[in-house]
Amino acid sequence: MIFKKFSIENKKARDLIPQAITVLALLSVIIYFATNAQINMGNRGISFGFGFLNQEASFDITFSMIEYDGSHSYGRAFLVGLLNTILVSAIGIFFATIAGVIVGVSRLSDNYLIAKVAEWYVEIFRNIPLILQIFFWYFAALRALPLPENGINFNDISFLTIKGWYVPKFIWTNFNIFLLSVIAAFVAIYFINSYATKQREQFGKQLPTATISLSTLILLPLITFLFLGVSLTFEYPVLKQLSPTVYTYEGGVSIIPELIALALALSMYTATFIAENVRAGILGVSKGQKEAAASIGLTKNQILKLVVMPQALRIIIPPTTNQYLNLTKNSSLAAAIAYPDIVLVFAGTALMQTGRAIEIISITMLTYLTLSISISIFMNWYNKKMAIKEK
Amino acid sequence: MMKSIKTWILVGFASLLLVACGQGGGGAGSKKSKTLDNTKKAGFVKCGVSQGLPGFSNADASGNWSGIDVDVCRAVAAAVLGDADKVKYTPLSAKERFTALTSGEIDVLARNTTWTLSRDADIGLTFVGVNFYDGQGFMVRKNSGINSVNDFKDGISACTNTGTTTELNMRDFFNSKNIKYEPIAFEKADEVVQAYDAGRCDTYTTDKSGLAAQRTKMSNPDDHKVLPETISKEPLGPVVRQGDSVWEDIVRWSLNTMIEAEEYGVNSSNASSLKDSENPAIKRLVGSEGELGAAFGLDNDWSLRIIEQVGNYGESYKKHIADTGILPNRGPNQLWTKGGILYVPPAR
Repeated sequence: MIFKKFSIENKKARDLIPQAITVLALLSVIIYFATNAQINMGNRGISFGFGFLNQEASFDITFSMIEYDGSHSYGRAFLVGLLNTILVSAIGIFFATIAGVIVGVSRLSDNYLIAKVAEWYVEIFRNIPLILQIFFWYFAALRALPLPENGINFNDISFLTIKGWYVPKFIWTNFNIFLLSVIAAFVAIYFINSYATKQREQFGKQLPTATISLSTLILLPLITFLFLGVSLTFEYPVLKQLSPTVYTYEGGVSIIPELIALALALSMYTATFIAENVRAGILGVSKGQKEAAASIGLTKNQILKLVVMPQALRIIIPPTTNQYLNLTKNSSLAAAIAYPDIVLVFAGTALMQTGRAIEIISITMLTYLTLSISISIFMNWYNKKMAIKEK
Repeated sequence: MMKSIKTWILVGFASLLLVACGQGGGGAGSKKSKTLDNTKKAGFVKCGVSQGLPGFSNADASGNWSGIDVDVCRAVAAAVLGDADKVKYTPLSAKERFTALTSGEIDVLARNTTWTLSRDADIGLTFVGVNFYDGQGFMVRKNSGINSVNDFKDGISACTNTGTTTELNMRDFFNSKNIKYEPIAFEKADEVVQAYDAGRCDTYTTDKSGLAAQRTKMSNPDDHKVLPETISKEPLGPVVRQGDSVWEDIVRWSLNTMIEAEEYGVNSSNASSLKDSENPAIKRLVGSEGELGAAFGLDNDWSLRIIEQVGNYGESYKKHIADTGILPNRGPNQLWTKGGILYVPPAR
């Protein structure tokens, strides 16, 4: 009986054969390349291994979100680069989304001037190569900024100079309690919202959820300040003279110009594509839907929020996911302007100092893959959440 | 402009090459040189150089390379192929250079590269000698009032190149002085110059020869000066792949020949007339005594061709470094007989 199952007459078995051959061929190609690389590296006296990750890196990095100096390991330097990549991507995605939505909606505006300005913005910024925009924001804008001693002064608490944007540093006491209160506020908001949904679906009652949520988010942390010993003080940047003509700021936090230029270029560039997605999404909702909504007496805001946006989002989300992925990958251009992202720090300096090209490039590729897949998974989840739910 | 992408592609390709190319790049210990055979077959020497460092390796408007590093490539080509012009130059960033060499994309790396233990021993490379003794220094603006490294204070920002020994030396230096500094490391020298020139950083640190060369690119070169201190040893020299000892010897002795020729006063104009010299050392250099070339499978005129077509070390230095105003004073790069530290083993 069992022979019949695998015989050539059996369609299932027949279909399996080409697939099995493909997998085998693919595997043998991978094994061939791997062994070949091993032999070649052996011949050239290159060893393969990841032990270097524990060695002392002995180079410094301008900007790090975790404690780091040259006495830490290459592994730690990798982490610094990774966090910097995530930081600039997150900032870029945030501003690109906001700018993209505003520009996309503006393009559909009835106001001729607004629509035209939005159109020109899209046409200009999406048609200039990103690397040129990065250089433009970095070198052109950098040269326009003043030296520290003439820094642009924001009320004596913040200064914008060629060496960076110096802002006050937050000094917390009992930060943990504050953080807990914020988390508690979000949990409360979640329950308030699901309660409100239930009320609406069962009894048709509209609760002012937005107002309640906002006040929860403000009140709960406020209580920790008043009664639970949380306090916040600021450390302001102060001008410091290094030599007769060289100045810098001491104290506070310095947002380096490389980060500003890169985040600016990435968001301005990606916003154009998101704007087009938004426009396509809104235009994709048929006019009849809006008219039907208006005829049952919904207000303009309600039409946008309850009828147009839920349907438009389904068109907007998938291509916007692509833009988020592009932005993250494009952040690797950071190396050109010395922003210490993973490519500059790890696939650059660390690769040079250790000479472990295959190991480091593999790790870097794997890291970008993981980042991209994480964004994809999140956006697919969001897309599913927004999809039509048949009732 | 698309530097980063290019770098990626290059490094990627180089890794792929390493992965994909046939086995047995250079059988260690064998008398025959695979690299030499391949070079003769190809008809040119594959040489890795910088992306543009005046005096060392720099291309003019029509794409002709010149510099003292380029002269090492030319010497090898003259010795091996009989024509110093038969060189294919590959401009490489600091980051790409070693991968390009180990993967076989180039056979000689002459790119102002510092000889260090870990590079020599750890990553499949062999340094064959030193063609320029350099040291790391600092450049500052003249009006800054900084006259020595002792004037540096906490908070100073320093620009440099990534992937270089400079980046490591800078840390050692500031740590030893207990100064907190802001390191800003760019991938390409041109961007370092632009950022320093714009005022992003207070000082620019790299090898002193590099500082002297880059100063000429500033918008106003006279506004800048190099501080007197030297904070590191930077012996720069050509590099080959590990495992082909014959090729290694050819490159090493091509460089040594240029230095030895200067020591014995043999130069591009008098070399051929010295065939009947009284001095056996000179006769060996111009190929009229001994069978030295046979040791690496070359004919006996290999060294004569180097001297005739490329010149001796002194000629090369004068033409590329001194006459261009980069470093008129030879300093340590003077012959040992004249107070410098250039000293090569005898060619015999």
